[in-house]
Amino acid sequence: MKAVVQILGRRVIEWIASLGQMTVFAGRIVRALMAPPTRGPLIRSALFDSGVLSLALICASGLTVGFVLGLQLYNTLSRFGAEESLGTAVGLSLIRELGPVLTGLLVAGRAGSATTAEIGSMKATEQLDGLRMMAIDPIHFVVMPRAVALTLVMPLLSTVFVLCGIAGAYLIGVELLGLDSGSYLASLENSIRFQEDVLQSLVKSLVFGLLLAWIATWRGFSCAPHAAGVSRATTSTVVTASVCILLADYVLTALWAV
Amino acid sequence: MAGAAGQSDHVVFNQVGLAFGHRPVFRDLNLTFPRQKISVVMGESGSGKSTLLRMIGGLQRPDSGEVAVAGESLAGLDEMGLGQVRRRLGMLFQNGALLDSMTVFENIALPLREHTDKSEAEIRQVVHERLGDVGLRDVDDLLPGELSGGMLRRAAFARSIVMAPEILLCDEPFSGLDPPNVSRIEALIVQLNQRLGLTVIVSSHHMASSLRMADQLCLMRQGAAISGTPEGLASSHDSTIADFIGEDGISHLARLQERPPQGGAS
Repeated sequence: MKAVVQILGRRVIEWIASLGQMTVFAGRIVRALMAPPTRGPLIRSALFDSGVLSLALICASGLTVGFVLGLQLYNTLSRFGAEESLGTAVGLSLIRELGPVLTGLLVAGRAGSATTAEIGSMKATEQLDGLRMMAIDPIHFVVMPRAVALTLVMPLLSTVFVLCGIAGAYLIGVELLGLDSGSYLASLENSIRFQEDVLQSLVKSLVFGLLLAWIATWRGFSCAPHAAGVSRATTSTVVTASVCILLADYVLTALWAV
Repeated sequence: MAGAAGQSDHVVFNQVGLAFGHRPVFRDLNLTFPRQKISVVMGESGSGKSTLLRMIGGLQRPDSGEVAVAGESLAGLDEMGLGQVRRRLGMLFQNGALLDSMTVFENIALPLREHTDKSEAEIRQVVHERLGDVGLRDVDDLLPGELSGGMLRRAAFARSIVMAPEILLCDEPFSGLDPPNVSRIEALIVQLNQRLGLTVIVSSHHMASSLRMADQLCLMRQGAAISGTPEGLASSHDSTIADFIGEDGISHLARLQERPPQGGAS
């Protein structure tokens, strides 16, 4: 019993210490963001890696989710004779929930894990130490540009995901199942409100981006400097970021409803 | 063991202790590296040679004691303070540590772009001069992953000297190099030391090169250091020295002993 308490106590202390280190790390990123030079070329390069290279995945996933939503919701709504509301149901579910959350999970799996692996590999091969020895802060040169990119791409990719999803549901509902195009678009247009729906969606995806940037860069920066350490850190990024995104989604939804 | 620190000492280890977990690396290590001299740190694998160099760069903090570089203690310095000290240092890492997403030219130009106001033409000139020093041509646009091990090491060497540091730290500079390139790097280290007055601290297993170029030899063993001139160590009858250096090294030292003596083992 005593041993169990000791192990639990040690775990709690380690968790609190880790949280403290993560907080200090976040502070260093913010400080680096405000310190010259601005690292514009590095941020652009990271935006390309995290954003542009994720576009195909996001478009394909958005379309597929749109197909499924169009099919499922059309069948469900037709039981009540409410097929004309397909645009409303698809739009609201995509904009409020599915767009930001699924984009967050997809970007965590693709760009988040890649960011952790890249920073971790740089640590394992002493590239970060090499920068330090040249009096270049690795937080400023390596971490900050990638954190900024991950944060900024999330709302953009989420918007692309939502648009692809709406297009996918349109293809199924209108082109395949014969719903009137005007009804679909009108119900979509009439039911979406900027502040309640679009703004909520953008704020959520921005928060998910911040969380992912924080977790992915920290895991890479603090990983054990060998192949197994990088591998563990990469897995941990995907798992931790996914859970945090789902938890944050609930919290933000609840706060928005208040 | 190493003697007391003086004005002529560029790097000083004072009662430094360090352990990784339960494994002690240094126990109250006292060691000095003289200004404008070439010091070679030798020892078995795992004796702490690389760790010693990392401590001088502030990449590894001691558990106890202090390390001072050019009279400034590294204890208590934050990353910004260490950055000021590191501007006076150049370091060649064992595996090169070049940024693998940047070309060779960009890697070597990076510290110049970060810390100087040189024009692009001046940067290009300096980078090509340093690449010429290490015998590399036409590698500007290659990525580090496209270089052989020896070329990578030489490119990394070029980067470590591009800012003309006061102190050059070389972690196994001859590892993986063919004999002509060992001679080239050895000659370059000696030339930098003599022409620019660099203090050079080298960790190496390469006995012949180490004995040829060293003004001071430091033998790391069981967390402590035995240091002295090659001639001084050759005249010492310490079994630890004989064990590590071996018969070939002793005979090489004996030949060196024929040179006028400059000091003794301390």
